[in-house]
Amino acid sequence: MKVYIRSAGNISPQHSLEKELFFSRRMMPSGTRMPALEPDYARYVDTKMIRRMSRIVRMGVAAAMECLRQGGVQMPGAIITGTAFGCMEDTGIFLRRMIDNQEELLTPTAFIQSTHNTVGAQIALLLKCHAYNNTIVHRGFSFENALLDASLLLREGTDNILTGAVDEITEDSHAILTRFGIYKREPSPHSLDNPGEGTFAGEGASFFVLSSQSNSGSLAEIKRVETLYKPKHFADVEDRIHRMLRESSLTMDDVGLIITGHNGDTAHDRLDLHLSATLFRNKTTFPFKQLCGEYPTASGFALWLASVLISEQKAPDWFPAFRLPAKHILICNHDLNAHHALYLISAC
Amino acid sequence: MNAPVFVAGVGVVSAIGRNADECLGSFRTETPGMGDIGLLQTRQRGKLPVAEIKLSNRQLATLTGLGSGIPRTALLSALAAQEALNDAGLKDLKDLRTGFISANTVGGMDKTESFFEPFMKDPASGSLHDVVHHECGAITEMVADLLGIHHFISTISTACSSSANAVFTGARMIRHGLLDVAVVGGADALTRFTLNGFNTLMILDKEYCKPFDENRKGLNLGEGAGYLVLLSEKIMKQRQQPAYCVLAGYSNANDAYHQTASSPEGTGSFLAMKQAIQASGLQPGDIDYINLHGTGTSNNDIAEGTAIKLLFDPVYPKMSSTKSFTGHTLGASGGMEAVFSALAIRHGIIYPNLRFETPMKELSFTPVTRFLKDQRVRHVLSNSFGFGGNCSSLIFSAC
Repeated sequence: MKVYIRSAGNISPQHSLEKELFFSRRMMPSGTRMPALEPDYARYVDTKMIRRMSRIVRMGVAAAMECLRQGGVQMPGAIITGTAFGCMEDTGIFLRRMIDNQEELLTPTAFIQSTHNTVGAQIALLLKCHAYNNTIVHRGFSFENALLDASLLLREGTDNILTGAVDEITEDSHAILTRFGIYKREPSPHSLDNPGEGTFAGEGASFFVLSSQSNSGSLAEIKRVETLYKPKHFADVEDRIHRMLRESSLTMDDVGLIITGHNGDTAHDRLDLHLSATLFRNKTTFPFKQLCGEYPTASGFALWLASVLISEQKAPDWFPAFRLPAKHILICNHDLNAHHALYLISAC
Repeated sequence: MNAPVFVAGVGVVSAIGRNADECLGSFRTETPGMGDIGLLQTRQRGKLPVAEIKLSNRQLATLTGLGSGIPRTALLSALAAQEALNDAGLKDLKDLRTGFISANTVGGMDKTESFFEPFMKDPASGSLHDVVHHECGAITEMVADLLGIHHFISTISTACSSSANAVFTGARMIRHGLLDVAVVGGADALTRFTLNGFNTLMILDKEYCKPFDENRKGLNLGEGAGYLVLLSEKIMKQRQQPAYCVLAGYSNANDAYHQTASSPEGTGSFLAMKQAIQASGLQPGDIDYINLHGTGTSNNDIAEGTAIKLLFDPVYPKMSSTKSFTGHTLGASGGMEAVFSALAIRHGIIYPNLRFETPMKELSFTPVTRFLKDQRVRHVLSNSFGFGGNCSSLIFSAC
């Protein structure tokens, strides 16, 4: 059974909702974080409802609605959301009030919207969609495990599955993750040319309609998604890439572009540097996190990027040249060197 | 894709027992787990009853082999998952494709609460040890590492239906030939965050809860963990030990009505139950026992009851809410109640719905009020419904 991307909707630090603008203009990071460019949400959701939604819910709902619109799908067969951190803004609001007010005089709104399934639930509510609805919250595999759930549903006969990845930066999470050394402590111009401790914080929402059938508008085929949890050796990742290609009757020569999760943080880049000197040598590679920043579900952005490049068969003006036509794109991502994800994306 | 999936082991920890045998003992003696708050550090102590597990983190750490400084949800998860694996008698997982699919809703919130007090005064203070396991997925990974499972690990969080979704995710992966063994279920510890959150919704009963009673006043929160070990038919055939039952069917539907409230007609509940029964190849009349979601809130019980009426009227199976013993354990409830469902089939027992007095005026059925043994329990329907309209039902059938 095949898995096709029928359509995609994306909110990111780039102009990913407007393809022409995205192709012509690249947004560069400044400071230590890359906030998402948020659209006029009234285009997607009733303004009264928007006011009640937190930022992550707005981003998720808008990306989902754009995705459904582009695919011409009114009612998805299922809704599956991957989010590592869930709704941190509302979690933080309720937690702070609870501590400040010493557990007295609290209101329920932030608590109600703090649950991890809020994004998927709000999409269902807007669409009045009674179908299968699931939320996967497994760190750097939240989105990959959501895609697995979707692929099982496709095999079971459900079609047009709305599957997405969403995570947000909040003041609290940014402060805490910076203390962990994940994000940069001081602003610096460009993380890849300037490797050091930490990287840019990122956020965004990526939704896809997945189908077992392709049509004239389909963007790409997801041939394989593989995950490796804490691989012990570089060779484990290399072997898996070779196996994945072999099982698809392909070789490295067939891969036109490699999108990598290299983020310029010297604490986690040993595998990236190794692969670029070995398996990926002489290949065009593009480290995608310079566009969206680092977060556990950033692979959703990578999949969006791959699906756009492969369906358009052209590179943005600011993108490194790669061999066209590009029939196959490999995504090789990792989250803090613990959660490794490999995707093989092919033209329809 | 319809191959049988066997339940080969169970593990549970709750306010009524630290393992399956102790829980069964409390059911037999009709002894609930609610009481005054003892361990949880909260200003709600003395005001609200909870179903708390009377084991300190230090005691849980000794029992499981984990450190005592980690979130309580991980400690509870480890205790029940270890019991389930021991019960299944799987000596060596090394050559089996084993998955650990676990649910929770609070993650490391108990430790995050401690972190935030100093952090709010000064963003440079607060011990990072207290937030390093904040994510729901971090809980699952700690326990997976302890169990030695790395082939497939995942975490699901759909509020109160979370672990029912984890249970059927494991079953589906076995049916699709992706796993041989799946340890599935969920855990949640009591936290100030959830206790105060539910309190703001004004759905916590200040007395012990009375599910499906006309005069019900709300739910009592609880804590716990429950896991099943699921096996493929191939692995099951290699063993001598009989299975508890099979997971015959499951369904997930969404109410799509309101973020926290259920629709009056229980659309999501109805769809989940109906589709799960269909997926099992059964008729509603085949169900011998319903383990109700039965939280004891006005809204849940009328929505669930209305959906049951629509599906089963005029012949109702026996039913009860074991939350009248364990409290509502949120992300753990589906896993714990899956364990109770498997035990009901193995032992031919039906659990009582404690403190039920007055039938709901809208419904023509009432729950079982006494512990029943020597029952014919072939097919059990277990319901888990949650915030966000997430509704899931599981069907367990005798082998």
